[in-house]
Amino acid sequence: MGDHSIIEFLPIFLMFLVALGFVVFTIWVTHKLGPRKKTEVKNEAFECGVESVGNARTPFSIKYFLVAILFVLFDIEVIFMYPWAVNFKQLGIWGLVEMFIYVAILLIGFAYIIKKDALKWD
Amino acid sequence: MQEITQALHLFQKNKSNMVTYILIKFILVLFVFLLALTVAAYSTYGERKVSALMQDRIGPDRAGPYGLLQPLADGIKMFTKEELIPTNSSKYLFVLGPSIAMLTALMAGVVIPWAGPIEAFGQQLTFQVSDINIGILYIFSVVSIGVYGIMIGGWASNNKYSLLGALRASSQMISYEIAMGLAIVALVMKSGTLSLGEIVTQQQGDWINVVYQPLGFLIFLICAFAETNRAPFDLPECETELIGGYHTEYSSMKLGLFLFAEYINMFVSSAVISALYFGGYNLPFQAALGLEGPWLAVLQFGFFFLKIVFFIFLFMWVRWTIPRFRYDQLLHLGWKILLPLAILNIIITGLVMWANGSLA
Repeated sequence: MGDHSIIEFLPIFLMFLVALGFVVFTIWVTHKLGPRKKTEVKNEAFECGVESVGNARTPFSIKYFLVAILFVLFDIEVIFMYPWAVNFKQLGIWGLVEMFIYVAILLIGFAYIIKKDALKWD
Repeated sequence: MQEITQALHLFQKNKSNMVTYILIKFILVLFVFLLALTVAAYSTYGERKVSALMQDRIGPDRAGPYGLLQPLADGIKMFTKEELIPTNSSKYLFVLGPSIAMLTALMAGVVIPWAGPIEAFGQQLTFQVSDINIGILYIFSVVSIGVYGIMIGGWASNNKYSLLGALRASSQMISYEIAMGLAIVALVMKSGTLSLGEIVTQQQGDWINVVYQPLGFLIFLICAFAETNRAPFDLPECETELIGGYHTEYSSMKLGLFLFAEYINMFVSSAVISALYFGGYNLPFQAALGLEGPWLAVLQFGFFFLKIVFFIFLFMWVRWTIPRFRYDQLLHLGWKILLPLAILNIIITGLVMWANGSLA
């Protein structure tokens, strides 16, 4: 079975079943075993002993969102490089040159986001 | 689709063979599962012993000889603690968060080859749960899903500290994933395959990959620290600012699942580092030893395990030595230092391979 046939994905499914079984079992057991004494104060969100104020679903810093957007852009670029990297030896010198052009375009975008201070945290 | 029908056809033609195949794989799955749990449990013990050693203390020594039963005692404690679900939280997501974290941690270890193949039961036995040809991409995808566990858990708690911790964790993990991916690209250029099994076989009787990819290894190692939320990148749960970070509201085994997932991730990333850069299960001078069959496999597994233990120790060593980064420093390192370095590494690898004539 070493020829990377599709059957190789079957054990991954087996692992998924085992892991799922374990997670469901632990959550169920801990639900049954532990003591349950609910009080209003105990079930409040913990904020260092002070009474909690308002809801946590408030707007947060846009920087986190920017990082997420930039991640999507760059990660797609990285994924494009994988098929190239696997076939790198067969593609020869022109494959290398083409990748240099690709990386140059990527770096222009990278220089732009740095210039725009998209990654500056102050 | 055609591949699936082909596989089904093969299955019907060769039923008894398939049944043994599934049985063997199932035993292997159970083995990897138990190994991951045991190593994770004893990593918690190891962590406390190592920190004690570094701070000139004794560490846990009450439960059993040398405190060796401590992980068991901790487990029992976790199970019997009260389960708290805050009133304001989203109940289902609150349970889903740690479940996803644990599930993905366990799933990631599937593609790691534990020892060389041997002949037994009329088949070639590979000590790898699944040798898919996209092994590295598989690990990446599963580890990325792990971000959801932390994000969902932190958001569902409806606690400001949890939310901040979850946001930090997710933006940190995705930032370092890019540099990690690029570091691997250079390695893939050298090996020409994404299958972990083949990458390990290639290092047999040759120099290990770290010799060819020292910079790539360093980038990968740093990113592995960030991906597992370990110090000095443990901002998502930094106690001095965020109480407990994304798991502030969690108690009993749901907290346990989060903590356990972190240790399993540490184990898996140690195994991946050893497999990719340090020759995996290959022994030095393997051919000269003249060993064969099961004994060789046992020895290979032992040697691989030693490498993993070393890297787990490295994770702990760094944690108790280096102070935590500030958040802007963390993103600065990830985006402005590691990412350009990783690209430089790709360019150098390409040029060197062109210069020594390994291109077609």
